[in-house]
Amino acid sequence: MMQSVHDGAHLRRFFSSVAASAIVAASLVSVPAPAFATEELNALVWCDHTDPALVEPFEKANDVKVNLKVYEGTGAALSILDQSRPGDWDVLVIDGVDVHRAIDLDLLAEMPADALPTADIFPEVRMEANNMKDGKTYAVTEKFGYNTISYDKSKVDPKDMQDLSVIWSDKYKGRIALYDYYLPMIGLVGLGLGKKTADLTEADMPAIKEKLAAMRAVSKQVSDVVSSQTALATGEVDILVGGGEWITAVLSADKPNLDWTIPEQGAVRWAQSIGVMKDSSKQDLALKFVQYIVSPEGQARLATSSCYWAMPANSKAGEHLTDQQKAALRFNQQAEYLKKTQLYPIPSTELDQQFQDAWTEMLQQ
Amino acid sequence: MTATTLEDADRRKAWGFAAPALLWTLAFFVVPFLFMAAMSLWKREGREIVRVWNLDNYLRVFSESALLQGLVNSLEITVIVTVLSVLLAYPLAWIIAERVPKGFQRMALILAILPFWTSYVVRSYSWLLVLSKNGVINQMLTGLGLIAEPLEIASTRTATVIGFVHFFVMLLTLTIYSNLIQLSPNYRRAAADLGANAFQTFWHVVLPLTLPGIMTGAFLTFVLCIGDYVTPQILGGNNELVLPQIIMLQLGRRADFPMAAALSIILMLAVTAAYVLCARWLKIERA
Repeated sequence: MMQSVHDGAHLRRFFSSVAASAIVAASLVSVPAPAFATEELNALVWCDHTDPALVEPFEKANDVKVNLKVYEGTGAALSILDQSRPGDWDVLVIDGVDVHRAIDLDLLAEMPADALPTADIFPEVRMEANNMKDGKTYAVTEKFGYNTISYDKSKVDPKDMQDLSVIWSDKYKGRIALYDYYLPMIGLVGLGLGKKTADLTEADMPAIKEKLAAMRAVSKQVSDVVSSQTALATGEVDILVGGGEWITAVLSADKPNLDWTIPEQGAVRWAQSIGVMKDSSKQDLALKFVQYIVSPEGQARLATSSCYWAMPANSKAGEHLTDQQKAALRFNQQAEYLKKTQLYPIPSTELDQQFQDAWTEMLQQ
Repeated sequence: MTATTLEDADRRKAWGFAAPALLWTLAFFVVPFLFMAAMSLWKREGREIVRVWNLDNYLRVFSESALLQGLVNSLEITVIVTVLSVLLAYPLAWIIAERVPKGFQRMALILAILPFWTSYVVRSYSWLLVLSKNGVINQMLTGLGLIAEPLEIASTRTATVIGFVHFFVMLLTLTIYSNLIQLSPNYRRAAADLGANAFQTFWHVVLPLTLPGIMTGAFLTFVLCIGDYVTPQILGGNNELVLPQIIMLQLGRRADFPMAAALSIILMLAVTAAYVLCARWLKIERA
């Protein structure tokens, strides 16, 4: 898996709220824990795990202090692990498409399949091909979301958002922001061209470049998560291509006019997984933490974490979400959405270079 | 003790005093710079960095329009920002030095540099809100009936320039002010005695004597502006990439460290060229 995949995927979520910056500034976040916790658990995570509302119930129930370190991209996580002593870390949260990389580096421990609520996890995000190897389970999907279209429903016609071709049409010229992460964006372009993300090849590059140029021509800006979210929230733009529930759901209470959808042609899906570190000396406690995170209660808290919201992988989490939260996450439409979406492209090194060149050219147009 | 022995002792003492600074410079500038220069002559193939000396990265910069445009954008924006900042900072520094009573000058300077106390990133995002379609400026202009449709300022080069100029006017005000207050009033009296009017005195006496302050500030502005990544990233809306953004793309997405090193060397050459142009005014000396 390429470095670029990890960094971009992480950055999308890492910056998914302004609050995330503050969280990361602290870098190593020790969530308040029981004053006399008998044990400690060290977890290398994404920023959504640092919400005290998520971790505190586990700490109290198990008399443990959970030390959380937020990292930037799988490459950074591997670098941290490389500099750590074996056993320093007990739990790892990782991009779903990178689990095999961690398995190949012998970082993850096998987890007993019957200890996980696999049957409750949405079938499309179980991702056995990613989370398992040789029939053994090394990670479990904990959260997922979409790179699709976010929009201001008070300014645009929601029906228009059902057609992916809106992202390069003139109708909303100058009112569109493009999310600055080339992989899901090229995946979306591919879907608009009628190609599956996994089927994109070098031969598709001319058509992709043409559509990227068309998107650029009608867009107002190409921006990172915070700038995109700000632009949408302040009315600078009315549509964010590449956005999704992770952009608008966290704002749903304050900005009910912001919405998102999956167009008819489909959208791109991302997922994050969690596993137990192989060298952990607290395998049982680490597994207990993983079990808590993927339990319906833990999943509801993780889905609505203060850093960013996204869909819980466990379908039973809905029992612990409010109607407003479910509406913001489109919880009840997941069956339809999951069918219409695909994992973002995972290109070869050579194709990845071409994707990046095309994206850079588009930025300079 | 002979004179030669004394000279040797002084020389040893001088080297002793200079040694920490020299070692620091060697360890944290010379060695990393040489490593970066060497890296720029390697290249990335697939996921590997191939350690074969070549000029491919430099040739690519000048043959690929997207990369070359980054350099052009950086130079254009930096020159515009530097000129605008000087034009705005000079009158401000002059007013503080000449028109504000001595007892209030310190307060005036503090007020002038107050925005320095805010985080650079926070300040850039604040500007984004001010300049946005529904921001303070557009609301005021539409409220006054001066414009019918909001101006498109955010996510443009104009927004980047405004963000930069706001920051660098503060810096230039300090360097120009420090130059102005050192200027003896006798120069102006002499010019007046010789029949020069206020403009002639300024143009032929004050301005040339404050050029070192202007050029020092302008050079610092050039260096900081051409190397800045945050402001164009936040305020420019990625509608045009500057060189530091392209360097970040090489590092963050492609892990193409040789290309990032080559672009950084080009950036350093641009700064060196600016230094050469300003060098005659950048002498550190006391009157």
